[in-house]
Amino acid sequence: MNAERRSMISQGLLLAFGLIGPFLFPAYIQQITLLWIMVLFALTWDAMGGQMGYNSLGNIFFFGAGMYICAVTQIMVAGYDVGEYTSAFGAIQVDISDGQYFAGLFIGLAVAAFGCVLLAIILGRIFFGLRGPYFAIGTLGIALAAGELIGAWDWVGGGSGISLPLYPADADFFPGSGDDESMFFYTLALISAVATFIFYKWLYGTRFGLAVNAIRDDEEKAEGMGIHTMRYKTVAWASSAFFMAIAGGIHGNIIHFIEPLEVAFPTVTFGIFMVAMALLGGKGTLWGPVLGAVLFHVIKEVTWTHLLGWQWIALGMIIIVNVVFFQQGILGWMKERWPEAFGVTVEGAAAQGSKSGGGSN
Amino acid sequence: MSGKKLIEVNGVSKSYGGVIANSNISLEVEEGKITGLIGPNGSGKTTLFNSIVGYHPIDEGSIKFEGEEISKLRVQQIARRGLLRTFQQTRIYGKMNCVDNMLISIPHRKHGFFDMFGSNGKADRDKAEHLLEFVGLYSKRYLPSGDLSFGQQKLLEFAMALMNEPRVLLLDEPTAGINPTLINGLIDRLKRANTDFGITLLVIEHNMRVIMNMADKVYCLAHGEMLASGSPDVVQNDQRVIDAYLGAH
Repeated sequence: MNAERRSMISQGLLLAFGLIGPFLFPAYIQQITLLWIMVLFALTWDAMGGQMGYNSLGNIFFFGAGMYICAVTQIMVAGYDVGEYTSAFGAIQVDISDGQYFAGLFIGLAVAAFGCVLLAIILGRIFFGLRGPYFAIGTLGIALAAGELIGAWDWVGGGSGISLPLYPADADFFPGSGDDESMFFYTLALISAVATFIFYKWLYGTRFGLAVNAIRDDEEKAEGMGIHTMRYKTVAWASSAFFMAIAGGIHGNIIHFIEPLEVAFPTVTFGIFMVAMALLGGKGTLWGPVLGAVLFHVIKEVTWTHLLGWQWIALGMIIIVNVVFFQQGILGWMKERWPEAFGVTVEGAAAQGSKSGGGSN
Repeated sequence: MSGKKLIEVNGVSKSYGGVIANSNISLEVEEGKITGLIGPNGSGKTTLFNSIVGYHPIDEGSIKFEGEEISKLRVQQIARRGLLRTFQQTRIYGKMNCVDNMLISIPHRKHGFFDMFGSNGKADRDKAEHLLEFVGLYSKRYLPSGDLSFGQQKLLEFAMALMNEPRVLLLDEPTAGINPTLINGLIDRLKRANTDFGITLLVIEHNMRVIMNMADKVYCLAHGEMLASGSPDVVQNDQRVIDAYLGAH
């Protein structure tokens, strides 16, 4: 069974679960929604940290920035003044039509996505001068600073946050589901994760994939060979920011209430989880982050339910075992164990002879 | 050959703090020729290479490539003009396989923004495989390049440089660390790159047999200064060169 077939089967199984999961396990729909967001986290982190070797600890910044941009846009589309809306602390009687709600949501997600692409381009100009651990710490600083700055910005509600417009009570996209809102955001999260996967699968197959791998392996050499390194790095971060912003917009609307420290810029939870998930599955591979995200999320949810009080210790153990004994992650380990299955082969003398015999030029 | 000057280095100086690595160096590389650069360890050869390809700014002087001043340009801009270097400590993309190493080494000088998302065509693949065959790595083309031996990595780096279709290739000790039997094959390939692919070469080399065998003209540096230059015979028999290498009193 070759790699392409394995990939097709895995995609099929995962997508099948995505489509029937909420009907099989209706009680767990929130957890499965979060699972898709986790998959998106791991994939977008890996584009930077795994494929390009730029270990960003601040990608969560785009999650929070996207969440806030989306929220502010939603309020504006609903026809409210953002300052008045936030200063009312949710006491304002929000009166918007279904059309306004959905228009606000989708316009909000789009503005958030492109706004964060712009932010990534600007931040890239500043932070791509840093390499290795300095880049990691520098980007961590972005996320931490953003949380504090938003907390001090009254126009967007400061530390008290924003209560988002409520999902229309009469919306019925999924007749008979009983919980239209959960199904709606589940679908958005699933589509976003699938779109992210398809996008990166395509992207890694182009010249871009080779170029960012080259930057990871030896950036100075890549510069010396004339590769437009800054261009590739900027696109990698911008793509990451694009999807992170959408995830942020969706997550904010699921939570309903957003505030800077715990919800929008959760540096020590989601911000670290995305790194841990990509490392667990195997960084620098397309499937590693997906596998890592699924395993990590399942373990997290199970320990949160059945090992309450020990859940952080269990997660910490996984990260430690992963980093100390298993740095290449699950897929990386499999690649070392069965290299032929991943196309790492040496051709025999016969094949070599025939080629050099046939090649006349 | 017309004797057109591809690289003209004029009065270049470079110092690191109090250490003068290059002092008032002038050198010319003629199109289509193989030019050698020799000198004892620490004489400033690699510093000069780094100055030419833009790895650091120079303190004084001028460096021209095809008549254009390049001493203020950045590394990538110089590389995209067709002036490429290999490294003394071989540098390849270790986790990528040989074919991928080759494919990403295609010339980037004509690349626009959307070429980032293009795919490598059959022509690129054929060329990559042909060049891997040229350096004898065809059968190992799907191995991670980091798993190759040091000598093989040097050959791969050389093939990557050829893939880039440079006008001039600056080679920093191409035979260092390669076993003697492979060296003859490498000299042959360097000469063929020069004659068959029309690539002008500027070669730093410690192995006198190699450089005297290949070069049309040789420059000798010592203590950051240009000691002698001329045909291999002249430089080889220059008393100052012999003293610099063996240590005169």
